[in-house]
Amino acid sequence: MAKNVVIPVGPQHPALKEPANFSLTLQGEKILESTIRVGYNHRGIEKACEERTYVQDMYLIERICGICSHSHSTAFIQAVEEIAGLEMPGRGLYIRTLVAELERVHSHLLWLGVAGHEVGFDTLMMYTWRDREIVMDLLQVLTGNRVNYGINTIGGVRRDVTKEQLDDVMKGTQTLEERTKYYIELATQEPTLIQRLSGVGVLKPEDAVNLGAVGPVARASGVARDARKEDPYAVYADLEFNLITDNHNDVFGRAVVRLLELMESYKMIRQLVTKMPDGPIAAKAPRKIPAGEAISRYEAPRGEDVHYVKANGTEKPERVKVRAPTLANIQAVTKMLENGQLADMPIVVAAIDPCFSCTDRAIEIVSPDGPGILVWKDLREWSIEWYKERGLDLSGLNKKLISRLGR
Amino acid sequence: MVETLFYILVFPGFVFLSSLSFITEFVDRKLYARFQNRAGPPFIQPLADFLKLVGKEDVIPEDSSPAIFKFMPILALTAVLTAFAYIPLWTTHGLASFQGDIIVLLYLLTIPTLTFFLAGWYSTSLYAKIGAVRTITQLFAYEVPLFMAVLACAILADSWKTADIAAFYSAKPWLILVNLPAMFVALIALLGKLERVPFDIPEAETEIVAGTFTEYSGRLLALFRLGINIETIVAASLLAAVMIPFGLGLPWWFGVPLYLAKILFVIFCLALLRSVFARFRIDQMMRFCWTVLAPIAFFQIILNLIIKGFVLK
Amino acid sequence: MNKPGKIGGLALSSLLKKPATTKYPFVKEPMIGKFRGKIKFSQPLCIGCKICMRDCPSNAIEIVKVGEKQFEAVLDLGKCIYCGQCVDSCPKKALELTGEYELAVLDPKTLKVKI
Repeated sequence: MAKNVVIPVGPQHPALKEPANFSLTLQGEKILESTIRVGYNHRGIEKACEERTYVQDMYLIERICGICSHSHSTAFIQAVEEIAGLEMPGRGLYIRTLVAELERVHSHLLWLGVAGHEVGFDTLMMYTWRDREIVMDLLQVLTGNRVNYGINTIGGVRRDVTKEQLDDVMKGTQTLEERTKYYIELATQEPTLIQRLSGVGVLKPEDAVNLGAVGPVARASGVARDARKEDPYAVYADLEFNLITDNHNDVFGRAVVRLLELMESYKMIRQLVTKMPDGPIAAKAPRKIPAGEAISRYEAPRGEDVHYVKANGTEKPERVKVRAPTLANIQAVTKMLENGQLADMPIVVAAIDPCFSCTDRAIEIVSPDGPGILVWKDLREWSIEWYKERGLDLSGLNKKLISRLGR
Repeated sequence: MVETLFYILVFPGFVFLSSLSFITEFVDRKLYARFQNRAGPPFIQPLADFLKLVGKEDVIPEDSSPAIFKFMPILALTAVLTAFAYIPLWTTHGLASFQGDIIVLLYLLTIPTLTFFLAGWYSTSLYAKIGAVRTITQLFAYEVPLFMAVLACAILADSWKTADIAAFYSAKPWLILVNLPAMFVALIALLGKLERVPFDIPEAETEIVAGTFTEYSGRLLALFRLGINIETIVAASLLAAVMIPFGLGLPWWFGVPLYLAKILFVIFCLALLRSVFARFRIDQMMRFCWTVLAPIAFFQIILNLIIKGFVLK
Repeated sequence: MNKPGKIGGLALSSLLKKPATTKYPFVKEPMIGKFRGKIKFSQPLCIGCKICMRDCPSNAIEIVKVGEKQFEAVLDLGKCIYCGQCVDSCPKKALELTGEYELAVLDPKTLKVKI
């Protein structure tokens, strides 16, 4: 009975939080090979950015992802501010970094819960998500919303923080630090958890560098890369923190890296609150950004996020390109799944902290005539043809949009 | 004739067991939620789930064989309902008994596992087949320790009749303490039989959607779930009758609450074990059951033989 | 050092504590701080400059002239993303945020409200 079965995991599957397709070739419970398809979450955000002003784009870019929304927003704003050559006020940068570190705390606690759920340890999920509520309440008081904070504006931040809010932040950090110490003990002492996480999803350091892994995935294989240390943006040059690396090379190492990064974030939040300067929170920004282009790197909770903005002197950007960290990490998943078992697939995919909403950007179609790029008009005509073959006529849709685009 | 029908349909038959199963499912889910610091479902949640499932449409896959597909839940339910008849509840004899009925009881409790396998296999869907194969693989791991643990208690009582075992222990209550390792082994092996975390590998939601029950919906799924809940009660009652049988033979207004308390104690232990462990992988489970559980059960059998031979004469 | 079932201590002690979740529709919790909910409009302050319409990322707000120096605001609750950019852009501070977040309706035509 050596027949191989091809099992499709996704696009709809309880293991995945977002649609993606992993086709696994199985022999019994052993995975022989796997192929990955992404692209189910493509929404055309980069194109939509070109039709809106910079002020409107801030909110659009923020909604690329719910968990790392501040990362995308800050990376975009930093690129725009660099093109405009603005002088940033200290207090604004401190508040921006404070929200960034709080977002990292919330994202890592969320990951811990999801990892617990993928191995069947629902109790861990409930407790970590209960602690995450402390961070969400803090963020709501500081920024006005629990996700999609909207605190960035060109030149600084929109809201100021008061002394009481900063005291609440210190108290919340204190509680979270005790709870995180308990989770570190639990992760290193609970044998059922350790045996599910150890030895799975192994990625050797040279493979991590060759396949371009970033973030905690690379750091768990001993590769010491962190955009906060290499290219300090915002106020990271003034803060003291350690770069966490680990030598386990597997899912357990990734969990340890994220837990220790939580402790570093608490250290940084305390420094930010005590060192916050007074002053204005935003610089006056022009509506029309002068021509130029800039790349900005940001260390999101999942890895390194790169944004490229090209301005041409009008109110709207000419080109925006987003490279999310999951796109860099997803190529390593095929390597990690080799010779694994079917039962390990959910936790291996969850260990890279996938966020397919961040990942799906431009599509390249490979046709028999060779690779090419489809522009909007051709895509629209192709989809109308496809539906006509199946009996639906959708050519009347969105005529206003076509006439506005004029191409 | 009427009395037999009453016993089969109402007490301790279908109606009594179904209502008790709803209550124990509620207690289990509420305890599980409270262990996780959550509020938990309201009292009528299991009944609401059952009624909702019964009201939905049954979708039968095209390639499967409809006769077997529809028959499996009924077979599972019948097996557990029959098994309940032989267990002494709050008196020292069950509804019926004969020499050797504890072996029949244990085999009747294995039938639901076989129906899960057949149900998954005949569903002809990929996820169901993988789940079905995992169910049968898991059967090889927990079945032997469970049998050894229950039969160790029977060996000490020197009889294969459940009624006699219960009577033997209620006459000499201190021997219950001798059986503590067997109780430990039986509780953990029960987690495997009832497919609860850490041994819910056949039904691992995050890996194979719903395992053997992927293609089931509507009334058939309601019957399967009812069968699993009643299996929980039957297994808990068996544990209570064989391993903690004290206070039997008291008048019914004292015996019934004592029986319910024993069942709730077993459910409490099962809910606690469910919430503190992560799920095992199938190869880890085999290794664990054969290197940890089986030796402890074997040691219990040797101990019981020694005690029977030298202490009790 | 292995301690199987370590989280059992925390689980058992949670039995005695109040649950962390509330039964939402029966127990409501108000949002703390300046939450970004529905927008409130003060008619006397509006001068009809329409900067809010220009800056809105989703074209949700519309300023309609109903008389001499009198303007009305119509907000599409379905399109609004509750970012508060119109509140920041308004030069006369005619718009402000409230904490109202229970805005679900059964009929989509009632989503366009006059604020």
